[in-house]
Amino acid sequence: MSPTANKSLNPLPMKERIKVPRQPMPEQPADERNKNFSEVNLGYSPELARQEALRCLECAKPTCTVNCPVGVKVKEFVELIVAGDFLGAAAKIREDNVLPAVTGRVCPQEDHCEGKCLLSKKVKPLGIGYLERFVADYEQRMGTHILPNVPPTGKKVAVVGSGPSGLTVAGDLIQKGHKVRVFEALHELGGVLVYGIPEFRLPKQIIREQLDYMREMGVEFETDVVVGRTVTIDELMHEEGFDAVYIGTGAGLPQFMGIPGEHFNGVYSANEFLTRINLMKAYKFPTYDEPMVDLHGKDVAVIGGGNTALDAIRSALRLGARKAYVIYRRSDAEMPARAEEVHHARQEGIDFQMLTAPVEFLSDGKGWLTAARCVRMELGEPDSSGRRRPVPIKGSEFDLPLSVAIMAIGTTANPIVQSTTPGLGTDKRGYIQADSETQRTTRPGVFAGGDIVTGAATVILAMGAGRRAAKSIHDYLATGQW
Amino acid sequence: MFKIIHAQFIAPGIKRFVLEAPRIARKQKPGQFVILRIYEEGERIPVTIENSDPERGTISIVVQSAGKTTHLLNSLNTGDQILDVVGPLGKPSEIEKFGTVVVVGGGVGTAMAYPSAAAFKRAGNRVISIVGARTKELVILEQELREVSDAVMITTDDGSYADKGFVTDKLRQLIQNGTRIDLVLAIGPIVMMRAVAELTRKENIRTVVSLNPIMIDGTGMCGGCRVLIDNKSEFACVDGPEFDAHKVNFDVLVQRNGMYRDAEQRSLADYQRSTAEKTAAHETEDSCAIAHRGER
Repeated sequence: MSPTANKSLNPLPMKERIKVPRQPMPEQPADERNKNFSEVNLGYSPELARQEALRCLECAKPTCTVNCPVGVKVKEFVELIVAGDFLGAAAKIREDNVLPAVTGRVCPQEDHCEGKCLLSKKVKPLGIGYLERFVADYEQRMGTHILPNVPPTGKKVAVVGSGPSGLTVAGDLIQKGHKVRVFEALHELGGVLVYGIPEFRLPKQIIREQLDYMREMGVEFETDVVVGRTVTIDELMHEEGFDAVYIGTGAGLPQFMGIPGEHFNGVYSANEFLTRINLMKAYKFPTYDEPMVDLHGKDVAVIGGGNTALDAIRSALRLGARKAYVIYRRSDAEMPARAEEVHHARQEGIDFQMLTAPVEFLSDGKGWLTAARCVRMELGEPDSSGRRRPVPIKGSEFDLPLSVAIMAIGTTANPIVQSTTPGLGTDKRGYIQADSETQRTTRPGVFAGGDIVTGAATVILAMGAGRRAAKSIHDYLATGQW
Repeated sequence: MFKIIHAQFIAPGIKRFVLEAPRIARKQKPGQFVILRIYEEGERIPVTIENSDPERGTISIVVQSAGKTTHLLNSLNTGDQILDVVGPLGKPSEIEKFGTVVVVGGGVGTAMAYPSAAAFKRAGNRVISIVGARTKELVILEQELREVSDAVMITTDDGSYADKGFVTDKLRQLIQNGTRIDLVLAIGPIVMMRAVAELTRKENIRTVVSLNPIMIDGTGMCGGCRVLIDNKSEFACVDGPEFDAHKVNFDVLVQRNGMYRDAEQRSLADYQRSTAEKTAAHETEDSCAIAHRGER
């Protein structure tokens, strides 16, 4: 894997590139942003972007692209940034990624492109996510998209769910000339991008712009359709004339721990808590009608250590919580959340209670939560996930006073599509069986991907599945071969 | 947008809407509901589906004014539009030939019980319907129920119509008369469903209730509608809304439905103040207090 610089547009010699420090992302000060919902990261200026882009070593075999679930041609788009061709860079990303403004913000880059960046052997990796975000935002500000011009194939594809995987499938297939219609159960498009991820991490305006662009390309959208209830997969194929269907219905019902007191008022699932805030704008009550528990001056905890947990607790802090805790049963090293979010959360004043788990919720006797009885843990032998199993420490129980507890410990498969689609194979846990390369299900013409296949994962992994599915759907429509 | 083809009060504070919703009309089965949102800043609320007409592509819903959203909904008229209507949601009622089925409808719950009664009749059951209401004017769908029932019994709390008393009085009477009952379906206020459950538990009569917890998406995503069934969390939108009445923890349902009472009362008060200012001269249509979030 030797760096090469043949015909590079990058004027810096290799030795100099490693000396350029990673350009920091400008951000809102922590003690200001923890009181508002505006975006934490402010984005690179063209100067910062160009400076950062100069650091790319232009590897002959770029591990960044290999490790990207959608295969973004990082080296090429970064080189275009160096050359000042920001729109060209955006177009280059769009060849592989239909939602660059989204992934530039929410992707766990440390697990993918930046994780194996050659620079990281000596210094900090290239800021690929920051650069991706920069060009996507630049393109949006310029308002110029290059619309693909392809002859129609006459084939129709139904996409179930408008989250990241569904939008990826739609964006890829429309560019192949297929007719695409996306069905969404909620009243707003975007799936987890709108109901799950908060404004301070992913402004809703970004999603609206991406959706507008997809509409311009010809993608049709229909909201208020719960596939499986409002219309079945079979009806879409046999009565509405869709030649193929992609199921991207996302993560399902929130899990609870099964400990006493989980039904008390004040105990939320993270999905409900975030949906009330992000989708229903409950924090703007009474301008918006949907209510939520008033968090001002209250002590709030989230149970769990993933991105959803951090999104929930950082939202609670912004809504006036006095104390905001993360209760996580393992240690820092095992936390599944994106590194930047953990870092931001600590800066904002979130109190991390690591190696801790609730064993019971306590109430005021009238059904309202007053505290979580917790136990401290220590790490034992590795479990089936390869992580060291947390073991309760005897006698370490303590009560943490709380008005609100948010459960963010994962989800189970939503059963609606599976239970209304005969012949659609599922695994033991109820998730849809799909081939990991082609995303084909056990039903001819029906493909699936994202969280409904893998269980809760990340935006970029869902998009990766969408991209594989789009390719495979295109092959299927071209050949008719299953 | 979903167009209101026809809107009419069928009792004080209770309005029937016929909506243009062809997809839902084609799929609706007894026991299911819709979630609707009237306008951009509006909340999502679950509402009873009374019936549907797949040929015309319409569904009818019955709404009782309780909080702000239902008051606002009931101020809409023929020709108006509703921003979002999604459904049919929930599992349909389990309809088969059980033998004798007693269908109990309390208040506006009668609208949801009616299509199930009709379906039980079509499936070959002997159907006895018991309808309870606070007062004469709030007895709804009596004629419709008579057409699909072998017998209809009516009670009013104040005795202003038919027999004074509660639906449980009639149910107890049936049991005491030695009527063999194979299934009871009870849909109405929580207090009524709990009373029915307590009565039939002693008699070992299989009983199903339709629960109305607070709900947001209604599609199995948010988990807000969790109810405690046999001491385990289940979700009314995907596992219900109908559950074995003898396994339901009604105390938890009452407690959780009261979670936003203060906010709901504030919303309603603000709304009523603003409409009172607008239509100072008009009499308000009803004086229904918030008992619970009982849109269904």
